[in-house]
Amino acid sequence: MITKYEDVIVKTMTRLLIPFIQIYGLYVIAHGHESPGGGFQGGVILGASFILLAVVYGMDEVKKRLPEKLMIAFVAIGVFIYAGTGALCLLFGGNFLDYSKLPFPVAIAERRALGILSVETGVGITVMAVMVAIMLALSSKSKRTRGEFK
Amino acid sequence: MIWQLDLVILLFVVICAIGAMMVKDLLSAAVILGAYSFCMAMLWTEMGAVDVAFTEASVGAGVSTLFFVAAIYQTTRRSKD
Repeated sequence: MITKYEDVIVKTMTRLLIPFIQIYGLYVIAHGHESPGGGFQGGVILGASFILLAVVYGMDEVKKRLPEKLMIAFVAIGVFIYAGTGALCLLFGGNFLDYSKLPFPVAIAERRALGILSVETGVGITVMAVMVAIMLALSSKSKRTRGEFK
Repeated sequence: MIWQLDLVILLFVVICAIGAMMVKDLLSAAVILGAYSFCMAMLWTEMGAVDVAFTEASVGAGVSTLFFVAAIYQTTRRSKD
């Protein structure tokens, strides 16, 4: 479905907008624990920048920048960061996701902030990759329309 | 929280919801559903739930509308019933 769209205004605006959208997504993730937003919202915004690229420049351009294998790997890496932070807390003698037991040489309140930041980073990576993967799955032709499905 | 403003936005939400159900063209229905999500985000903001509004605006109005459009392109555009 999604092919190249030939329009100089749309293409130039997309090229200008995408870096700002991505910076904003990173800002939302990084400030998630002290202002509205967080890993999920920031991940959706980062995913939306890739979806905008897919709508205007075609899905092949997205596949060139974010290959399908890497996309699926990102889904797993994000969950790994989330669960790994929780397991690290278990390893150092706390409960699951008990950030105050993390092995950082700073005050306990700062340890909590760092722990939440790493968890949100994991959530953001997973949500971004899942959004792009859903878009790829929806926009590619199914077996039924290719005629292979009986 | 201003109840007059609440009422106006709630009216928009109801109009958008009924419009999305009534319209026959599926692509228009998807776009009206996006407008519904945006009105809903305004309502959340007005009620002080900024985090929920953020999620509603990014997921509901932004990404899920595009998912609907991508799904409609795989099917026929007009609904049969």
